[in-house]
Amino acid sequence: MTDAPKRTPLYDLHVELGGKMVDFAGWEMPVQYPMGIMGEHKQCREKAALFDVSHMGQVILRGENVGEKLEGICPQAYATLKEGKARYGFFTNEEGGIMDDLIVSNAGDHYFVVVNAALRHQDIPHMRDNLDGVEVTEIFDRALVAVQGPAAENVVGELCPAARDMKFMETIVADINGVSCRISRLGYTGEDGYEISIPEDKAADVARAFLAHEDCEPAGLGARDSLRLEAGLCLYGNDIDQSTSPIEASLSWAIQKRRKEEGGFPGAARVQKELAEGAAKKLVGIKPTGRAPARQGVEIQCAEGNSIGAITSGCFGPTVGGPVAMGYVAAGHGEPGEKVNLIIRGKAQPAEIVSLPFVTQNYKR
Amino acid sequence: MATYYSEEHEWVTVEGDTATIGITQHAADQLGDIVFVEQKEAGDDFEKGDEIGVIESVKAASEIYAPVDGEVIEANEVLADNPGAMNESPEGDAWIYKIKLSDSSQLDDLMDLDGYKALIG
Repeated sequence: MTDAPKRTPLYDLHVELGGKMVDFAGWEMPVQYPMGIMGEHKQCREKAALFDVSHMGQVILRGENVGEKLEGICPQAYATLKEGKARYGFFTNEEGGIMDDLIVSNAGDHYFVVVNAALRHQDIPHMRDNLDGVEVTEIFDRALVAVQGPAAENVVGELCPAARDMKFMETIVADINGVSCRISRLGYTGEDGYEISIPEDKAADVARAFLAHEDCEPAGLGARDSLRLEAGLCLYGNDIDQSTSPIEASLSWAIQKRRKEEGGFPGAARVQKELAEGAAKKLVGIKPTGRAPARQGVEIQCAEGNSIGAITSGCFGPTVGGPVAMGYVAAGHGEPGEKVNLIIRGKAQPAEIVSLPFVTQNYKR
Repeated sequence: MATYYSEEHEWVTVEGDTATIGITQHAADQLGDIVFVEQKEAGDDFEKGDEIGVIESVKAASEIYAPVDGEVIEANEVLADNPGAMNESPEGDAWIYKIKLSDSSQLDDLMDLDGYKALIG
């Protein structure tokens, strides 16, 4: 990408707050603020943190039977997604690999879809080409802000009482400071919280109103990554990609029963075969025993010394208080408790396979 | 005692033919919260430009490159238990190594404080 990085409607606010700006997927985004990744991470686990996620692609789908048509390109049961509900899913390719992961919301007279920033250019044409008779509109004039953490309900609820009554994976349209916003109770941190789509010219005002709450501080992409990893949530491009199947990625939970049985999505044959017979590898949690973080690409060896896979995401987990990682291990491995070695800079470092998530998810069910 | 600075944001404080080395406050600030430091052991020798350790922040790993040739006399044990000290006092208690210099003429290639300040702007 040779174009200058794009700026979100909150760019000036990030700079004013001391955000350290980096190029991320073609967007100039704050990786951290003066509080630092560790502090911002803990802020989100203990109180509330505000993240700018406006780089993500927001898309509106309008037409007849959009949910049924989405089932042609996603393994999720979107035909039966009720109005006012959101559901995690992914586009699969003909080989059963994951093209991108996404959130689809049934907004009543339309569907609202959020996709990864780096894959907007793939996903929008993919939907246009494959959703027959559906009008696919990418939204460029709205910011997307996440308020996450145990205090998120108070931070958002003080400005929008209706948000307090929402449950996890519900979505509504409501006014915040006189601005009509789409509010969805979900996120990417493992904590309770909201993602809020706001008209761009009012986004900084609304963000400032949230930040005026004593329990809410800004957090950057650095904390977003350590939070999602502790929560056991996949990052597209690290943990899942065009070659990994949902079953390998331990995302079987995100494919509803009817879709597993009926198939009818790209790559269904592979997914159904892996459901029946097991996959060649699977994504697991890995807890290094020592202090050295294991980063993406680190080789995983079994106790006997054979290579069984590689780390796909790894960092220091501020809430765990030590390094945390995820990676793929070959079939026959990966039971929680299994001892493995991670080859970090040529040295074998002991680690253990653990159940995900590392930190209990704290959703408002 | 004289202190020299490298373009890799290390400081070298020299006393006779030994020196203490560490990273600058500027470097520590750029790295963010430091969570792990991998060090060489006493007796290990190295040449200028060799990787002599790794500093890990929450998000990323950064190599430490030797500013001069030498041999490790002592690796600072404080960093094993409290890597965060490197954010607090990287130019004080959180030094990385005490070393024996092999070739003190290499110090002439390093910067003084004014030169380093000019580098980091």
